[in-house]
Amino acid sequence: MIKTRLIFACMVLMTLLLFSIDLTVGGVSISLGNVWRSLTWGYCPPQERTIILDIRLIKGIVAVLSGAALTVSGLQMQTLFRNPLAGPYVLGISSGASLGVALFILAGPLLRLPSTFMSLGVAGAAWIGSAAILIVIAIVGRRIKDIMVVLILGMMFSSGVSAIVQILQFLSKDEALKNFVIWTMGSLGDVTWSRMWILLPSVIVGLLLAIVTIKPLNLLLFGEEYASTMGLNVKRARGLLFASTTLLAGTVTAFCGPIGFIGLALPHVVRMIFRNADHRILIPGCILFGAMTMIVCDILSKLFLLPINAITALIGIPVVILVVVRNSRV
Amino acid sequence: MEEKESILQLKGFTAGYTGRTLIDPVDLDFPSSRLTALIGRNGTGKSTLLRAIAGLNEKYSGEILISGKEISAQTSEEKSRLLAFVNTERPRIADMTCRDVVGIGRAPYTDWIGRLTENDDKIVGLALDQVGMSGYADRRLATLSDGECQRVMIARALAQDTPVVLLDEPTSFLDMPSRYELVALLRNLARESGKTILFSTHELDIALQRSDRIVLLADCRLRMLDPVVDPEAAAAEIEDAFGMSL
Repeated sequence: MIKTRLIFACMVLMTLLLFSIDLTVGGVSISLGNVWRSLTWGYCPPQERTIILDIRLIKGIVAVLSGAALTVSGLQMQTLFRNPLAGPYVLGISSGASLGVALFILAGPLLRLPSTFMSLGVAGAAWIGSAAILIVIAIVGRRIKDIMVVLILGMMFSSGVSAIVQILQFLSKDEALKNFVIWTMGSLGDVTWSRMWILLPSVIVGLLLAIVTIKPLNLLLFGEEYASTMGLNVKRARGLLFASTTLLAGTVTAFCGPIGFIGLALPHVVRMIFRNADHRILIPGCILFGAMTMIVCDILSKLFLLPINAITALIGIPVVILVVVRNSRV
Repeated sequence: MEEKESILQLKGFTAGYTGRTLIDPVDLDFPSSRLTALIGRNGTGKSTLLRAIAGLNEKYSGEILISGKEISAQTSEEKSRLLAFVNTERPRIADMTCRDVVGIGRAPYTDWIGRLTENDDKIVGLALDQVGMSGYADRRLATLSDGECQRVMIARALAQDTPVVLLDEPTSFLDMPSRYELVALLRNLARESGKTILFSTHELDIALQRSDRIVLLADCRLRMLDPVVDPEAAAAEIEDAFGMSL
């Protein structure tokens, strides 16, 4: 118990430290002192203050939110489907969001929506897309006992969605196409303060739902039959989990693009760190560790000028390989 | 029953799929403080009956009463205080200790986040003790043998503190001595704690020698046999139903 608290304390400190470092890194290097002064309205050069407040701070907050959201969502799906390889991306939830966004960006100009609705529209399209895929997976998952079949179906959904998106790309105009392609590469930098007011509450509500479903998740570790006979209203719990994952993974995907491997790999690292299966520890652990890792990814992507998706994949893939190898030995 | 009034009762119970009856309408009282074995050939509906009682399958008609309450009218939470269930799965949850697993059994009584009170901890300790797994409290579930894992899952069911405990083929993955040990353990638990314990099994010998009652499911009929009072008659009925000599 003391060890667990110590790890949590370290994680909070690391997150704060990395967040500060994140603010210093970028095209213009800004000293930690000036970062602090611009955040606390002390004296620092006005252009540096603008960079910090209008660009880096918001990007840092997006990194924290997206890392926490995707990691928690991955944990929820892994426990619900009782499969270590489940996650928002693998099950096609992010692909669902992609399809929604593709339809919106690529078919959006035809709808002639006013630009003020665009930010809400992207999120809405992603939510609807991911919710649709989740509902299909949920229905299929109830009929089919073998969870591997569900996973394969999730992968098939992803491929099917890619095909549809390709058709949309082929038919659409250059500018819309470019917008979409950039979205698919993933970016933490596309969120403005006005969009933040959609991202932030969605992620907070998603995380609150995740906290409410801590006890159900602990029961679901034993499978739905056990959970049900131990007093869990399984249908209701499943509904809450799907709502939570849709808010978390769907919204982040809407604003930052389909960021891979975070939701799949990080819950395993958190389990390894705490050596515990209790979601009372894993959920806060995933929030902190997800945030921390995403900040590191952001720092790396700024240092090497790479798209965020490439970084998360390079960090996540070894973890997934490790998990698969470890599981096959048991 | 000469002991006490039955806690678990079937009234006009019948189950089946469309066009095929599995169990003809029957009234049956399960004795409390006793271990009852449920036997029958594959596909006769043992699992259907157990799952119906556990509230996992509502495709039946008639009534299933626990302490006089119709089970399908209860919420999942109310049900979880009436009966505990152990299925054939062995959950191998990495990084979870036996104590934590049994603690999960207190779920019907804990708060929204599942905090255990001092009293809960006491009950968890007692449950582990009852199945002889006290020494394993801090061991992780993944490191246990099938038999040990099964005992922990039974301790979890005991911690749930319900008048009825149902087990679906609890002996299936165990070696021969462990099977006898487990059934003896269940019988003691029923006697000591006053619970009604019902388990399904394919071990006809064990059912005959080690349980207080046998419920035989054959030709869509559900019959209660008493192997303690009249073992020969019970054996004859079973031989007849299974078409083999024991």
